[in-house]
Amino acid sequence: MPSHASKQVRNKIIGYLIFLLVLALIPLFVRAGIITEFVQNLLMYSIIFAIAGLAFNILLGYSGLLSFGHAAYFAVGAYTVALAPQFIGETSFEVLILLALAASAIVSMAFGYIAVRLTRIFFAIMTLALTQLVWALILKLYWYTGGSDGVNVKAKPLLGIPFNEFMSRPEYLNTVFYYYLLGIFAISLFIIWLVVNSPFGRALLATRDNETRAEFVGIRVRLYRWYAFIISGVFTGLAGALFAVLNGHVTPEQADWIFSGDIVFVAVLGGFRFFEGPILGSIIFIFVRQYAMGYTIFWRLILGSVLIVLILAFPSGIMGALNSIANRIRAGSRILPAAPTPTPTAITDIKHHQEGGREK
Amino acid sequence: MSSQEPILYTVDLKKYFGEVRAVDGVSFKISPGEVVALIGPNGAGKTTFVNVITGYFNPDAGKIYYQGKDITKASRIKKIRMGIARSFQLVNLYDELTALDNVRIAVLSRLGKTSIFWKPVERFDDVRSEALEILASFGLEEKAEVPAKALPQGERKLLDVAVAFALRPRVLLLDEPTSGVSSKDKHTIMERIVPTVRNEKIATMIIEHDMDIVFGYSDRVVVMYDGKILAEGKPEEIRQSREVQEKLLGVTAGAS
Ligand SMILES: Nc1ncnc2c1ncn2[C@@H]1O[C@H](COP(=O)(O)OP(=O)(O)OP(=O)(O)O)[C@@H](O)[C@H]1O
Ligand SMILES: [Mg+2]
Repeated sequence: MPSHASKQVRNKIIGYLIFLLVLALIPLFVRAGIITEFVQNLLMYSIIFAIAGLAFNILLGYSGLLSFGHAAYFAVGAYTVALAPQFIGETSFEVLILLALAASAIVSMAFGYIAVRLTRIFFAIMTLALTQLVWALILKLYWYTGGSDGVNVKAKPLLGIPFNEFMSRPEYLNTVFYYYLLGIFAISLFIIWLVVNSPFGRALLATRDNETRAEFVGIRVRLYRWYAFIISGVFTGLAGALFAVLNGHVTPEQADWIFSGDIVFVAVLGGFRFFEGPILGSIIFIFVRQYAMGYTIFWRLILGSVLIVLILAFPSGIMGALNSIANRIRAGSRILPAAPTPTPTAITDIKHHQEGGREK
Repeated sequence: MSSQEPILYTVDLKKYFGEVRAVDGVSFKISPGEVVALIGPNGAGKTTFVNVITGYFNPDAGKIYYQGKDITKASRIKKIRMGIARSFQLVNLYDELTALDNVRIAVLSRLGKTSIFWKPVERFDDVRSEALEILASFGLEEKAEVPAKALPQGERKLLDVAVAFALRPRVLLLDEPTSGVSSKDKHTIMERIVPTVRNEKIATMIIEHDMDIVFGYSDRVVVMYDGKILAEGKPEEIRQSREVQEKLLGVTAGAS
């Protein structure tokens, strides 16, 4: 029975494929002089942020948990790539990625174990506090981590091929590394999409919308939140690993709470109620930040104001705004049932948790 | 029917909240296929009784037996897995999710499939069709794709019961499935629930304030008052009991 839902899914998958195809053509556009290498470089940062944002959104969008500590897993991934060569020598990037995944898995298991005992603002504060631990550790272990100076990261062999030895750094980044990054983005997109659209993803939505009910259909709420936390942390660590090579330098800034805020920003800006929201949010964030930084040192203030205006005007992010515009246009030609207006979970959730405490 | 072995019974069950003796020594039993109405004024302890049976609260004293086994100390999840399900006085639904998903999640959970993260939920055709069947038996098939929050109150109450029903329980505890809807809708709701649970021989306890509903749809009525069982018997007997009339019918007329 080809349902309405599966047709929608097919359209979405086609959309993602087109998006990936366009990204794959970017180096050709650069070569043709249509866009600059600098823009391509910004796009690479956007893709990395998109992976982190998608991962973060497993918690915010699908589990109703606002993590204010995703910098921790990002930094663990980045620092693993930066520091591991000191111990195991220079190796192909895949080895370092595996180590980064393992390290961020361990840290997110430990932090998640503590954090999922809490919800709402308490969850956010706990994740924030735990992240400061990582940040402090990076600063304290300066003989390994270089303290606030950070560590330089060399270009790595990819798939065992030492491109880094016969290519200049810009050439390496804009060609082979770009496609490598794109490949990992595609895989991450696929896996995270599967996770949130699987029965497990539905169970997460259940815990998000009504914890009490979820428990009374037999879902182990905390355990599922913990799983979600780990998956989220691991993909954020993966983003960090990619960042280390692209940026060529990692610093404690990546473990800073402000950086956690950037990840939150990306999801909220794009629309955390939409799977694609963080992708859109990342692209806009990276480009706007770049240009805002050029104009003023108060760019964070500007971004912050943008966020506040956005939350007030479009609580469901840019995706939400686009969605309702699209619906309005479609409604002009055909009569369609209005799409359910998404409401921010963080707010509806508070009500549920309070009701959950005592049902009367 | 009530001559059958009870599937669930409690012995002298107690739950106090400080000075408040919400459940104060309740011995209750229910057999497969039976529909029992639990009535009593506001604050009588009916919801608390359900909360204790389902493990929402631990009892302060007394025992709960299910299929002959002592389950007093069993966890909430264990009780659900064993086949004890409940609905809620104030509906507890996944408001942003469709009616289909509300039921489907319960089906997935019962089948132990909620930990599958590598396959889209839409690919579980059997789960989907079972969920749709359940929606249909509650008259909600047209609403499958509607978010729970967009449903009218009567349908939300039905969906809340459908979610519990989707766990294929042997004991179903329904906490005021008709509260907050018009009396016409109350009958519609009961016309959906009662035949469905009878079909499946589910031991069903329904907490209810509306006497028409109580007398019209139950096999047996249990009256709770101040945490204790005041009377129990066939609907006819209860209707004629002086004690119940004095203590209850006056009170219930104005109840929710
Ligand atoms: N979690 C709780 N903490 C403290 N007191 C409670 C709690 N739950 C119930 N009570 C008290 O226990 C008593 C019984 O409440 P309960 O909700 O079980 O009554 P009920 O019979 O379901 O009433 P209603 O018909 O209004 O739903 C009341 O006095 C109530 O205030
Ligand atoms: Mg009650």
